[in-house]
Amino acid sequence: MNIHEYQAKELLKTYGVPVPNGAVAYSDAQAASAAEEIGGSRWVVKAQIHAGGRGMAGGVKVANSVEEVRQYADAMLGTHLVTHQTGPEGSLVQRLWVEQASHIKKEYYLGFVIDRGNQRITLIASSEGGMEIEEVAKASPEKIVKEVIDPAIGLLDFQCRKIATAIGLKGKLMPQAVKLMKAIYRCMRDKDALQAEINPLAIVGEGEESLMVLDAKFNFDDNALYRQRTVTEMRDLAEEDPKEVEASGHGLNYIALDGNIGCIVNGAGLAMASLDAITLHGGRPANFLDVGGGASPEKVTNACRIVLEDPNVKCILVNIFAGINRCDWIAKGLIQACTSLKIEVPLIVRLAGTNVEEGRKILAESGLTFITAENLDAAAAKAVEIVKG
Amino acid sequence: MSVFVNKNSKVIFQGFTGEHATFHAQDAISIGTNVVGGVTPGKGGTMHLGLPVFDTVAEAVAATGADVSAVFVPPPFNADALMEAIDAGIKVAVTIADGIPVHDMIRLQRYRVGKDAILIGPNTPGIITPDECKAGIMPSHIYKKGNVGIVSRSGTLNYEATEQMAALGLGITTSVGIGGDPINGTDFVTVLRAFEADPETEIVVMIGEIGGPQEVAAARWAKENMRKPVVGFVAGLAAPAGRRMGHAGAIISSEADTAGAKMDAMEALGLYVARNPAQIGRTVLRAAQEHGIKF
Repeated sequence: MNIHEYQAKELLKTYGVPVPNGAVAYSDAQAASAAEEIGGSRWVVKAQIHAGGRGMAGGVKVANSVEEVRQYADAMLGTHLVTHQTGPEGSLVQRLWVEQASHIKKEYYLGFVIDRGNQRITLIASSEGGMEIEEVAKASPEKIVKEVIDPAIGLLDFQCRKIATAIGLKGKLMPQAVKLMKAIYRCMRDKDALQAEINPLAIVGEGEESLMVLDAKFNFDDNALYRQRTVTEMRDLAEEDPKEVEASGHGLNYIALDGNIGCIVNGAGLAMASLDAITLHGGRPANFLDVGGGASPEKVTNACRIVLEDPNVKCILVNIFAGINRCDWIAKGLIQACTSLKIEVPLIVRLAGTNVEEGRKILAESGLTFITAENLDAAAAKAVEIVKG
Repeated sequence: MSVFVNKNSKVIFQGFTGEHATFHAQDAISIGTNVVGGVTPGKGGTMHLGLPVFDTVAEAVAATGADVSAVFVPPPFNADALMEAIDAGIKVAVTIADGIPVHDMIRLQRYRVGKDAILIGPNTPGIITPDECKAGIMPSHIYKKGNVGIVSRSGTLNYEATEQMAALGLGITTSVGIGGDPINGTDFVTVLRAFEADPETEIVVMIGEIGGPQEVAAARWAKENMRKPVVGFVAGLAAPAGRRMGHAGAIISSEADTAGAKMDAMEALGLYVARNPAQIGRTVLRAAQEHGIKF
């Protein structure tokens, strides 16, 4: 689960991490009064969407008057911001964050990630802030430093000092950096975060220099939300595909794609492989859908309905290899779906595994038309043949 | 022979009296698994499926000599149950749960440092040595004895490959599901090492998917350390970047995470690569024939 920048900043603030003074706004008037309340003479108006690349897309503006804050807010709210991460349709801007503009001396990068190789949280830092870390890794990998954190011991002061020195945070800034890194790590552990990215961390101030987090991105573990009430409350459903949200409510894992062959499969691996088989036959899958284990007839019906909500779907490939599932349940579900929904597209069905004979028999005796396939390859070939006419 | 579990394994089920554990304990017994009892805290002293139930794993091990545990405990309590099993001296712990918090897994993996227990999973169908031992949820009837070792991240894709091989007359020694989570108890390399050392396994199939570095690391290890041929497949050629494809660990975060990049690397490291999921069985057959392996 992702959260907005302003939520990340508010969360970090509770851990004593320095962030700019700011406020969230849902209208231009609110943005203007927020600016007045914050005070000062320069503000940054930032569109709050989960996707990155907002600056380049016009979603971050510096305003020199309250009136300018209002104008930028008016221009941003209600528009679809298109960044390299949103896709061509963009993301609707419904919230803004207005903050005091900082006098920036230099920008750095700090990231806490779970390294799948060593299975530990790793702190990554770079003197090249404000740009994507992947770009830095390609162009100048020597500017990236890492410290692996032992989960039993935690992030140690000396590790933070090592990182701070390596990226050039010296003198009075070093103890600030140590405190800040330890606080972010503590926050990540407390809140079951999978990633915490501070980009940029900046040296700010005209006289006295200090460190400040100017942008922050968090990703939380969906599997731990049951014990993270404050995190769950930050969820913004408007940022998620409504069909994916609906599917997850039915215990289904659905991801929309841009093709025309609908897919209903059990198991993530087989579901991915089914998309691959379709693609290798020259077709284009319309979605990924894993019905999971214990697929009841109701679950199968819901799966059909969700897949068919996509107007591009020209046929549906059902590929089930039942282990913990049962083919007879799946067959009953398909019949229920065919009778309760008006399914006008062909259904290609491949069943294998537990109770396969019963499942095939139920389909054959239903009086409904199913195109059956013996194996994965044949199923994918038939689906592609149908959509190509 | 086989790897990790065989007819001498003494198996307990943690969360024994639950619905899924009961069903799969019965299935395991039907294929010859030596199930010696189970653990459900609060139900110690009772009997289930004609077998003793204990409150703790330590009591179960002391009373039965169990060395394998199939853990059917809900995700929020699963890591604790696994540490209990390891503490009690269980040698192979298999955890089925899908949804264990990642931070719990990080702590668990730290806890295991210096302890020699093998942990299979989480988010796996488990492990099976046909006609000898099953600790998991796979449809046991599709697994026939043979000389191919299988290791996979996905469960259903493991079934798919097994069925393709069975149709060609290829059976298996042991099937190990390492699971679909970003942090696995056992990685591909550990399983490849076991298969290389197992005299009955003559060929190995490794089924990976998008996300994470371990397929390529395993292929590199295989090139340097294995004499037995390895067949590889990676699911997710059609997967878009940045989306979790069902499994928590199946996400493309960088170019190296893609199925294409992983399969290219596997091929460059000398593995037999099935580019098409429908061709896994045939690729195993080709590798067997080229190496003069009988089946």
